[in-house]
Amino acid sequence: MTSNITALESEKLFETIKKAKEELGFTLLLDITAIDNLNKTHPSSTRFELVYILRHSAFAETLIYKVPVLDESVGVDSVSSLFGSADWAEREVYDQYGVNFIGHPTLKRLLNHNEFVGHPLRKDYEITKGQYCATSQDLMDEMRPLLKMRNLHLNKDDLMIVNLGPSHPASHGTIRTLAALDGEKIVAAACEIGYLHRGFEKSCENHNYNQIIPYTDRLNYCSAIMNNVAFAKTVEDMLGVTLPDRGIFIRVIVSELSRVIDHLVCLAAGLLDMGGQTNYWYLYNPRDNAYDFLSKLTGARLTNSYMRIGGMTHDLYEGWQSDLEDVLKKIDAGITDSLKMIKHNRIYNDRVQNVSPVTKAQAIDYGFTGPNLRASGVPYDVRFANPYYYYDTFDFDMVVGSVGDTYDRMMVRFDEMNESMKIIKQAIQRIPDGEINVSDRRIILPQKGCVYGGIEGMMNQFKLVIDGVKVPEGEHYGSIEAANGELGFFIVSDSSGTPYKVKVRPPSFYHMAAYPKIIENYQVADAIMTLGSLNIIAGEMDR
Amino acid sequence: MDVSNTHLLDEAVVTTKLDAVVNWGREASLWPFVFGTACCAIEFMSTAASRYDISRFGAEVLRFSPRHADLLVVAGTISYKQAPILKQIYDQMPEPKWVVAVGACASTGGFYDNYATLQGIDEIVPVDVYVAGCPPRPEAIIDAVLDIQRQLKREKSFEVRNTDFKGKLDDV
Repeated sequence: MTSNITALESEKLFETIKKAKEELGFTLLLDITAIDNLNKTHPSSTRFELVYILRHSAFAETLIYKVPVLDESVGVDSVSSLFGSADWAEREVYDQYGVNFIGHPTLKRLLNHNEFVGHPLRKDYEITKGQYCATSQDLMDEMRPLLKMRNLHLNKDDLMIVNLGPSHPASHGTIRTLAALDGEKIVAAACEIGYLHRGFEKSCENHNYNQIIPYTDRLNYCSAIMNNVAFAKTVEDMLGVTLPDRGIFIRVIVSELSRVIDHLVCLAAGLLDMGGQTNYWYLYNPRDNAYDFLSKLTGARLTNSYMRIGGMTHDLYEGWQSDLEDVLKKIDAGITDSLKMIKHNRIYNDRVQNVSPVTKAQAIDYGFTGPNLRASGVPYDVRFANPYYYYDTFDFDMVVGSVGDTYDRMMVRFDEMNESMKIIKQAIQRIPDGEINVSDRRIILPQKGCVYGGIEGMMNQFKLVIDGVKVPEGEHYGSIEAANGELGFFIVSDSSGTPYKVKVRPPSFYHMAAYPKIIENYQVADAIMTLGSLNIIAGEMDR
Repeated sequence: MDVSNTHLLDEAVVTTKLDAVVNWGREASLWPFVFGTACCAIEFMSTAASRYDISRFGAEVLRFSPRHADLLVVAGTISYKQAPILKQIYDQMPEPKWVVAVGACASTGGFYDNYATLQGIDEIVPVDVYVAGCPPRPEAIIDAVLDIQRQLKREKSFEVRNTDFKGKLDDV
């Protein structure tokens, strides 16, 4: 992947990013984050540096800008007028690092609660310093300007304010939407997230690279292995190592299976939300079969922690092919049964077609990736744009929708499962014999026999466990196509075994940021379906 | 009818304690409110799905309003931000009520020993059963339900429990 980091002065930030968008064609703002240089051995001139990650409209190229912040309380110009996705991204940086953004419409906390004091990702904030929160905010500070913008008045227009979530299964337990209703119609909405913020990025700064793998499992817990792969692959890119072919094929197989079961749970829950409970059984039961395969392979049903930096814990077991083929058959049967019930079902089609459509331009502006972006008709998939792990040699299609409504978002997922199963079937045929891990003693633990049988192996194991895998100094952004879209990791290494900083680029975060905008003018019941079809996974959204 | 004959009702009436008969009824009709936030909630979905089928134990009537429920299943990480919501939900549930902390996060904060995560929900609400695992398997969640059933059989059915509990958010 071509990614180049360009240094930039803070006064020129807005102009340069505007130029990058309008003249160079970098239309997708992937992520914004900051680096706190306080603990660096050779610190830069300023304490805080901002990092802007942009993607070209042809999707192959990544552009990274690094901007020193001269004074964090003054901050830098906000780019939220250029990119819709910058709105929440800048709020997060403000919340976590306390860097101000000049001209941001609503610069307030996003992930941490409203009574929180300080900025947790600053290096001088102690990791275990928790702060109790007694009350929730009423969100009217966001709602009032929205109503004013639309020339609406709460009493005069007889509007009702309704709180959807956070504690409701249809809001996935952790998403809060405040909606102003005119009858059943949503006229304005504001969202609050962070209810599942559990300090992933701070934890990463306090654990070595392999210890982070279990944390990545719990980002998108519906497809845990893919998060393992994304993280391990990014670190391997920094180390400059590639897995042997068998290891790569195993990663492809388990990743695609994860994609399938992620879509299964999204569709099962989405259809359950609209009252199609039978679909839940049809789609969820094969997921249990996939769990059987995964627990036989990895020892865990859900949070597998199968990957390691430089490979994985162990090889596939004997007889895995027939188990996996059996799982695929059951998944296929579940999908067929479910589609039989909904494909020509008038109620289903009427409820999801032309509901909350997102145009191509909007989707790019919001920072959509993955199935939600493809549903809007934008053919972007990291597996095609920047093929990794031999994806360019597999015979499969990119599934692209047309309208970008709830129907497209769901149907793209149905079809993507078939494409993923096609990949798995080819990979089962093509998987070579041989090693699964890189053969490098600085990365992979030695065989148990060597650890117990010799001082060299024992020391090797000891150093790797205590110090961790040492990653060369540098900064790198790596991403893969996860179930929900582009899952990226921006890692800063100070050449020790523990990352100096890890930032996840979570697809769900940006989908959620757009949610209050796209549910407007639709009914409450539609909003529930839209949320289901966006497949917001709180673990990766809130981190 | 000759009411002086005391043996007349022997065949038709069973005498027992009031607690026993009320608890017998409650035991097989627990109505859970699933406070699902994270990975554990996905495993709860499995618990409710066909294979594990929680309805075999009479606890399948999942209520999405706390006012209808008597079993609070806290499945997932509870952050400091979420804590007041959890407390509000618990307070809204009518007596009698029981609480299950599903998984490492709800029980102790798990490996999220950091600024964002509540170090166990028992800081906020009283907990009856803790389930180990990250996430626990569906069997473990079912076992917790059975544990609650065993516990409630020994309880006084009209007594309000945990009156002396004082959580971290109770006095603010």
